[in-house]
Amino acid sequence: MSPTADSTEQPTEQPAPLLQASGISKRFAGLMALADVSIQVEAGETVAVIGPNGAGKSTLFNCLSGVLRADRGTVTFDGQRLESLSPTQRSRLGIARTFQRIELFGGMTVRDHLMVADRARSGRGGLWSDLFRSSKPTEEEHARCQAVLDLLGLDEVQDRSADSLSLGKGRLVELGRALMCEPKLLFLDEPSSGLDRNETEEMSLALETVQREHGTAVVLIEHDVPMVQRLATRIYVLDYGSLIASGNTQEVLQDEVVRAAYLGVAT
Amino acid sequence: MVDLLEYAVRGIPTGCVFALLAVGLVLTYKTSGVFNLAFAAQAYTSAAVFYVLRKEQEWPLFWSAFIAIVIVGPALGLLLERVLFRHLRGAGSLAKMVTSLGLLIAIPEVVKLFFGSDAKSNPPPLWYVRRTDEWLWPQGSKFVFDAGQVTTILSTLVVVLGLTVLFRYTNLGLRMRAVVESSRLAELNGVNAERVSMASWMLSSMLAGLAGVLVAPLFASLNPIDLFTLLVAALAATVVGGLSSIPLTFIGAIGLGMLQAVLAGSLPTNSVLATGLRPGLPFLVLFALLIFRPGLRSNSEMADPLATVDPPLPVPVAVSRPRWMSISSRTVGVVATMFGLLVSWFVLDGFWLAIVISGVVLGVIMLSLTVVTGIGGMLSLAQASLAAIGAFTTAQVVTATGLPVLVAMLIGAAVAAACGALLAIPVVRLDGVYLALGTLAFALMFESILVPLSWVSGGSVPLAVPRPVIGPWDLADDRYFLLFAALCLTVIALAVIRVRQGTTGRFLQAIQSSPTAANSIGISGGRSRIIAFTLAAGIAGFGGGLLASFAGRANYQASFPYVVGLVWVALVISAGARSIQAAVFSGIMFFLLPATLNRVFSWPENYLEAHQQAPEWMQNLLGLVQPNWAVPVSFILFGIGAFTYAKHPEGIIEAQTNSSVTAVLLWTERRKAKVDATSSMDTPQVSA
Ligand SMILES: Nc1ncnc2c1ncn2[C@@H]1O[C@H](COP(=O)(O)OP(=O)(O)OP(=O)(O)O)[C@@H](O)[C@H]1O
Ligand SMILES: [Mg+2]
Repeated sequence: MSPTADSTEQPTEQPAPLLQASGISKRFAGLMALADVSIQVEAGETVAVIGPNGAGKSTLFNCLSGVLRADRGTVTFDGQRLESLSPTQRSRLGIARTFQRIELFGGMTVRDHLMVADRARSGRGGLWSDLFRSSKPTEEEHARCQAVLDLLGLDEVQDRSADSLSLGKGRLVELGRALMCEPKLLFLDEPSSGLDRNETEEMSLALETVQREHGTAVVLIEHDVPMVQRLATRIYVLDYGSLIASGNTQEVLQDEVVRAAYLGVAT
Repeated sequence: MVDLLEYAVRGIPTGCVFALLAVGLVLTYKTSGVFNLAFAAQAYTSAAVFYVLRKEQEWPLFWSAFIAIVIVGPALGLLLERVLFRHLRGAGSLAKMVTSLGLLIAIPEVVKLFFGSDAKSNPPPLWYVRRTDEWLWPQGSKFVFDAGQVTTILSTLVVVLGLTVLFRYTNLGLRMRAVVESSRLAELNGVNAERVSMASWMLSSMLAGLAGVLVAPLFASLNPIDLFTLLVAALAATVVGGLSSIPLTFIGAIGLGMLQAVLAGSLPTNSVLATGLRPGLPFLVLFALLIFRPGLRSNSEMADPLATVDPPLPVPVAVSRPRWMSISSRTVGVVATMFGLLVSWFVLDGFWLAIVISGVVLGVIMLSLTVVTGIGGMLSLAQASLAAIGAFTTAQVVTATGLPVLVAMLIGAAVAAACGALLAIPVVRLDGVYLALGTLAFALMFESILVPLSWVSGGSVPLAVPRPVIGPWDLADDRYFLLFAALCLTVIALAVIRVRQGTTGRFLQAIQSSPTAANSIGISGGRSRIIAFTLAAGIAGFGGGLLASFAGRANYQASFPYVVGLVWVALVISAGARSIQAAVFSGIMFFLLPATLNRVFSWPENYLEAHQQAPEWMQNLLGLVQPNWAVPVSFILFGIGAFTYAKHPEGIIEAQTNSSVTAVLLWTERRKAKVDATSSMDTPQVSA
């Protein structure tokens, strides 16, 4: 379905990365939340951003997805500069995200969450068709929706109102909603927090499937080290708003500085 | 240059009145989160008390003023804080504003019940001092203030002095200032927010009372609407102060008064600008400030780490009901409508038929509120003005071109939709209370600048609008008109339902419940909201044309003043902003309740006339009831209805429906459980 599906073969010459963020800085009043942070993400890969609480991970996501405006720095996505674009415009380019403090649409069913996201992506439906044609979902829309429901194991709860779900299911709905946008790049802010073992497993499996089938690049903020080891090939480590290490997952996790800054705090 | 200065100085007294109201607004907004539109009603109350004591009871000036301003003003503020707003601390600012809207409607009517609803003409002045040229500076000076103006300026100076002392040197004042400047931080630092908010309610209510008594003599008779118009003008000053700086608010208020006076003096008299711009200026300024002061736009990035402490607006949730239930309730609805139409057709006399028709037509306008407020999540206070645009356009088109009325009505709807879109583009960027204020400013600009123009309203004599003739049916017959109106209402209601359930409705629901998440999947808040606003404006415009056609004239004063629009909003919101039944119900209620109450309250009079021999106690008792209570009592009920919004944002009707649906579901479940239990006795099984 997605054009970047062939991620198995690596071309020899290095193409431009999917996402290239350089020198991102963000200050909240007296607090330097991000200081000159640069990250890059290749198409189809999974990278993790880790760091202790308050390190600026969510702020980085907010700057990249457009919720916050960075004070300085450039962001290039798929050959396009993002700095002046709104979150809506960035989403249309193929960036989707989930939230650390879960953000669902109160009063809507799980299926509606997916359907709304699908309509927003496809641009189908509008006042005119609401009034004079049918706003009922088409066969294809049903199929796309069903595929995501099945993938995330949300089939049984599809008619439940989203605010009656457990946190774990809620996170899965958020992921499903993001997937309906058929993103090229997915930002996941602590997808496993509040999830039990089974649900974490389900989430990891789903992510692996998505990546295999659609070649979606994923950036995840995650405290769960096994999950990071399982999914991510590379890691960026943030502490007090600066990048203190980055590179291959195993190497970074062995790094003394990282262990001191992060793992010491986390355990 | 000297002339300009002279004019500017003349504006100072008006500026002082703005300042008194504006400072009160800022105080209560910052200490209790209530944007209290009802200060106008409180000012009216003090002015009415002063009127009664001074003019009717002929009390001495000092005591009348003392009771009206120093006793009644703060007491009313205290009462409102204790009884109402105290319990709304956790509610959203929009819910608080709707409550104050209810008070704005109800309080003046209560006052009228107490003091009689006859016009209180020539309100008595409050002054001790004489004209300036008799004591302060020589005769012939350019700067002459009459006694009332001198009193206004002196009182304001006293208030400024008092506030300065209060805020600088007293414990309570320091805490108040802390809360005003940063309420959340002050609260975190252990300031007792409740006592502070109580004190500021009393203080600001006293200022409102003072302002009311001071300005009353400027009008021919005492009227809550004039005071409210003044309050909205004062809002511009509060926005200058960014809703938090009291000194800036003062400066803004005085500046506004001066600017208005300069315009009045320097613009050529009789020009459109002079007649329109001068009264409209504060609203223009308010509108412009709201749009162009970026700090007030809450869509801007969240700089305050505690900003999310405010709970988000409750999103109305419909209890999902099983299919059989929605089908049966729909059937009941259709049958009831048919029955209503049959009764209207065969039973009702002309008077009641006209009431029902007006209600049905108003139902159309109410549906526009369903779209903009219920589905779109925007509290628009300008729907009456948009309806008026539809009515005026219909009238102008019919008069100028002789096109059929129906066509003219559709053109009216289109023009109203276009105006709505133009208004929406700047306004939808605002949030909650600010959006409401922006639309209110628009309504007042429309009323004071555009309505007087003859190319808009046709001048002082309202333009005629004929009834449509459709094929063989001449709708000059009220019964045919009723059918036609009901048909229009049905078609529009079905359209509204489709929008609510369709993509547009879902997008809007998403934006209301989580704007960030909606943006993250590519839903642009601005676009969807502009669409909703425009559609609502079109519906309102059509309803306006219909109303004008029924009444025979596009009469602004009779049908569309912005204050009437506020009552509509209060009504439809308390009945249920998202529900079709609620819109229709509130449209009909708006006309039916006063008419019914009038009959009820006339009954004792008629009874006594028929029974001259009734015992004396009965005569005395029944003689108390007066037919002219009908309108005040209805409006009091409408106003009180708005109080329920904070508790039931989905509306009374929707809440009722939901609770009965839940009850029925529970009942069926219990019965099923009983049946299951009895059947499982025969075949023992583990049930999930
Ligand atoms: N809107 C804001 N205004 C002011 N300060 C903020 C804002 N958002 C975040 N901060 C501050 O910036 C710092 C970084 O916050 P951020 O949420 O990015 O951390 P994080 O790494 O995601 O932490 P956690 O693991 O707890 O989610 C924190 O000190 C936080 O208090
Ligand atoms: Mg975070």
